[in-house]
Amino acid sequence: MKKVEDMHLVQKKWLTPQIVQMTLKGGLVLQMNRPGQFVHLRVPDGSTLLRRPISIHAIDQEELIFDVIFRIEGKGTKLLSKLTVGDTIHVMGPLGNGFPVSVPQVQSGNTACLIGGGIGTPPLYELSKQLKQKGMQVIHILGFGSEKECILEDAFTKLGQTLISTVDGSKGTHGFVTDILKDKDIQADIYYSCGPVPMFSALEALNLPAPVYVSYEERMACGMGACYACVCKNKNQEGYKRICKEGPVFQAGEVEI
Amino acid sequence: MLQVKLPGLDLKNPIMPASGCFGFGREFAEYYDLSLLGSIMIKATTVSPRFGNPTPRVAETYGGMLNAIGLQNPGLDVVLTQELPFLEQFDVPIIANIAGSEEEDYIRVAEKISQSKNVHALELNISCPNVKHGGIAFGTDAVVAARLTEKVKKVSQVPVYVKLSPNVTDIVSIAKAIEAAGADGLTMINTLLGMRIDLRTRKPILANQTGGLSGPAIKPVAIRMVHEVAQAVHIPIIGMGGVQNAEDVLEFLLAGASAVAVGTANFVDPYVCPKIIEALPETLHKYGFASIVDCIGGSFK
Repeated sequence: MKKVEDMHLVQKKWLTPQIVQMTLKGGLVLQMNRPGQFVHLRVPDGSTLLRRPISIHAIDQEELIFDVIFRIEGKGTKLLSKLTVGDTIHVMGPLGNGFPVSVPQVQSGNTACLIGGGIGTPPLYELSKQLKQKGMQVIHILGFGSEKECILEDAFTKLGQTLISTVDGSKGTHGFVTDILKDKDIQADIYYSCGPVPMFSALEALNLPAPVYVSYEERMACGMGACYACVCKNKNQEGYKRICKEGPVFQAGEVEI
Repeated sequence: MLQVKLPGLDLKNPIMPASGCFGFGREFAEYYDLSLLGSIMIKATTVSPRFGNPTPRVAETYGGMLNAIGLQNPGLDVVLTQELPFLEQFDVPIIANIAGSEEEDYIRVAEKISQSKNVHALELNISCPNVKHGGIAFGTDAVVAARLTEKVKKVSQVPVYVKLSPNVTDIVSIAKAIEAAGADGLTMINTLLGMRIDLRTRKPILANQTGGLSGPAIKPVAIRMVHEVAQAVHIPIIGMGGVQNAEDVLEFLLAGASAVAVGTANFVDPYVCPKIIEALPETLHKYGFASIVDCIGGSFK
């Protein structure tokens, strides 16, 4: 049976004035295996009814801890960001399917290119860790609005080559992640991406030479596939997918967003 | 102590997940044994599969949420051949919520689905605010609602409950018309029509523009309506609207409901229904009731 748990907030770090990293501890971590899955966090306030889906940034099963990184977007994330070390958070998860790491392209000696946009970059970190453990080369291309919003550069650099772009040119390549992909002629056996929808559209337009997997987000209620709030249509066949249940990761071109 | 007998329904306890908040039970079955529940109101079923509305389909509100799913469901055939058989493994009577665009649709679904062996009652959905045709159009006019009730009653093999809309001027007159048409019970309330606007985009958040408001924010409205209707009709009411805990259940029972459905709270805590069932005996005892039945209609009897 799946579980929910009151997990302990054991560490908290502000990455920017709007983006916070939290480390949570509890037995639920033992169920967290696949990168790209998410947890559904209860906001500590009765007026804020719905849980907030937040992707898992890093998992440490030996220490029974995992990390989430989120940006303050509204009332719920603001209240969550105010929790302090020692507080508990009611966690449901892990939920969703996450990034595929057992596909034929994932094998020792192959190269994976991980493309992140803004607050979409955190879940790529656990993915990169696991791909590296499988002996893959990992290249990270991370795009941000400006230098001030740039997060996790050091963490990703420790795992592999990390290229940064900013929209205002204050750091790295002036422009978008797709500009780096075009200019640097990066060859990879598999691509993974998480970020805003326009970035996915730009990636699709590049017709990359290998499979591309992207992680989507949508307003959710239950987070477990029962309410049909976060549904999208299949692109080339009948039927639909639930982003919370069959997703949040789909192969590029699989669904209509 | 917790048992309740209603037309078609021999309930081990008065708690059931509300239609639309529990799918067809599959996802929640990964969390707990569905046999713990008094009943399950399955997601609305229509003749043909429906995809529903564009996204965003939900928006949070103060103490509640708006939804405009649009009756997404796999259609009658899939419900009959896959969803209801899946639920047969659990010792729980099913209340099948049925919907349609025209009278004919309701009649066709009612006739077929009421023959399934675990369907013990129908819930006639004449109050969905999120579809362009049918839904609420059948539930806001007493004559139309009564005519549909009568026609569904004729073909159904099991008792028929009618789900009332709160988006009406006088809910009592509609309830009475439905009772006179032969309904075996009422379920109330469906969601209240609402809207939220995004300050940044200056547009409604929901792609459907409007949606149904649910959650604790609507509980006082539901309590008031159950209280009014319970004193005006002689058929039982399954009450719903913002129930979060055993105290809320008692409030609905006192208002005149004979059983209580839990909706939005399932999204907040997937274990809310078994938790409420577990807390009920102690809560009844705390307020001096010997049983659920002892509590029903206690605010006016």
